[in-house]
Amino acid sequence: MSADWTGLAYLVAAVCFIMALRGLSSPTSARQGNVMGIIGMIIAVTTTLLDPEVISYEIIFAGILVGGTIGTLVAFRINMTALPQLVAAFHSLVGMAAVLVAVAAFYHPEAYGIGTFGNIGTASLIEMSIGAAVGAITFSGSVVAFAKLQGLVSGNPVVFPLQHPLNAVIGIAIVALTIALVFGQDPTSFWAIVALSFLIGFLIIIPIGGADMPVVVSMLNSYSGWAACGIGFTLTNTALIITGALVGSAGAILSYIMCKGMNRSIFNVLLGGFGGDTVAAEQQAGGSRSVKQGSADDAAFIMSNANQVIVVPGYGMAVAQAQHALREMADLLKEKGVDVKYAIHPVAGRMPGHMNVLLAEASVPYDEVFELEEINHEFSTADVAFVIGANDVTNPLAKTDPASPIYGMPILDVEKAGTTLFLKRSLGSGYAGVDNELFFRDKTMMLFGDAKKMTEEIVQAL
Amino acid sequence: MMLDATVFTQGLVQVSEIANLAMSAAGGVETAVTGGPSFLHLFTVFVLACFVGFYVVWSVTPALHSPLLSVTNAISSVIIVGGLLAAGPAAELADVDLSSLMGFLAVTLASVNIFGGFLVTQRMLAMFKKKK
Repeated sequence: MSADWTGLAYLVAAVCFIMALRGLSSPTSARQGNVMGIIGMIIAVTTTLLDPEVISYEIIFAGILVGGTIGTLVAFRINMTALPQLVAAFHSLVGMAAVLVAVAAFYHPEAYGIGTFGNIGTASLIEMSIGAAVGAITFSGSVVAFAKLQGLVSGNPVVFPLQHPLNAVIGIAIVALTIALVFGQDPTSFWAIVALSFLIGFLIIIPIGGADMPVVVSMLNSYSGWAACGIGFTLTNTALIITGALVGSAGAILSYIMCKGMNRSIFNVLLGGFGGDTVAAEQQAGGSRSVKQGSADDAAFIMSNANQVIVVPGYGMAVAQAQHALREMADLLKEKGVDVKYAIHPVAGRMPGHMNVLLAEASVPYDEVFELEEINHEFSTADVAFVIGANDVTNPLAKTDPASPIYGMPILDVEKAGTTLFLKRSLGSGYAGVDNELFFRDKTMMLFGDAKKMTEEIVQAL
Repeated sequence: MMLDATVFTQGLVQVSEIANLAMSAAGGVETAVTGGPSFLHLFTVFVLACFVGFYVVWSVTPALHSPLLSVTNAISSVIIVGGLLAAGPAAELADVDLSSLMGFLAVTLASVNIFGGFLVTQRMLAMFKKKK
């Protein structure tokens, strides 16, 4: 194929990828979009394989076969609760692939037509360094995120003195080494850039607590896009540049939405140290105050006499895998003529949109599931708000107490419902370490226990 | 902040108009030294793609943010192209050098992502159903 045709084919591939994202504007067009994405990928790979320089089909197909088999098995076996760690693991692979391609380009630039070893153009070297550095950061950052999400290491933020100055020094060193690389074309500088980038990727993610993972996952998604972009510039490949830019913007926008959902700036999240999984240790702060505790029977009675119930799922539901029991409960309520809806907070769960997928998995129709802005006004007319495994996103302190760490965060107004049922393990505070005022109110009834077991008991009682 | 359809279309029209202008401008500057596209050309494509990405992603419904993450993951694995070109020249195992080995590994990793990413997205999307 001539260069023109190759360029055109890559452009078609890129357009397919844009259509794939465009499809996600509604669940009905999304499946078609995904197919467009697959077509785009086939076009891009086939075009490259037709390049006259590419002759090692056996080696290539071996790689695709091995990788494809692993990917397929993982995709079919993964539990939907574990999606966040899967996505983190996938990000790390894109990052690593970017590093590997940069290494190949550095030692064998002829394959990409950007010079010869030791004699690579300045622009190409800078692009290559950016691609390798961002790729390495994506890799090690994603590995840390994966380990935290999978529970291999504690989700608590790891902070130590001089953390941020250290990161700054490493950052400056990477820039300095890039300049050295441009002038010296020296492999040592190149490998030093890669090594320091691995290190800094690790260092920027460890201070971030488990509950900030929706931001981290989005941010690493963005990084993986920029890494692909950097490599795209090195290879002068427009398909890679366009795709990288799309993915980079997608991740950046998701990070923005997640930060806004918590009323925090991205810098605040990145500086880290906020929230950990064990903050609940100081839970007894409000222990002396009395709460109204109910049983599954009470909950079943209250809900079956209601006209409208709004369910607010949170990470606790995901951990307990309670979504199927929850849907059964909703079905029984609907048979009794109760109107059931679901309200999702933007930062519920450990990745953007995680709750929606879990509810969809339990066959909850998507037109019963609403976003915060869509449903918040309905709480005042709802008889019952059923909060399952969520806490901070319902805390009225976010509106009333300027001193609270969650002040200004948009919350779901469950306090306005006739009765608020909280299904929780304990009175523990949420990740922000703040007591929820709502637990102690008269209109609130606490249902203590495992989200799944308790929901099943309610189903029995109904 | 959801952009409605008209704003989105207007945005796209604007972007494509700018694209036409910019492409002709970039084409004029392009030099024929290496036969490849100039940096300015690539940079133009990059900036415009960022704008397209911005508008397209804002139109994604929040309910589908998880599939958005997994599908972007799959498409960013188009980096496999770089791996293919690196692995390409080694016709036999004896020809495998550092670069083609790196290329082979990159192809393998990217393949995990391509297959895994698209399939898991498909699995997720298949679960989203309307009320009967």
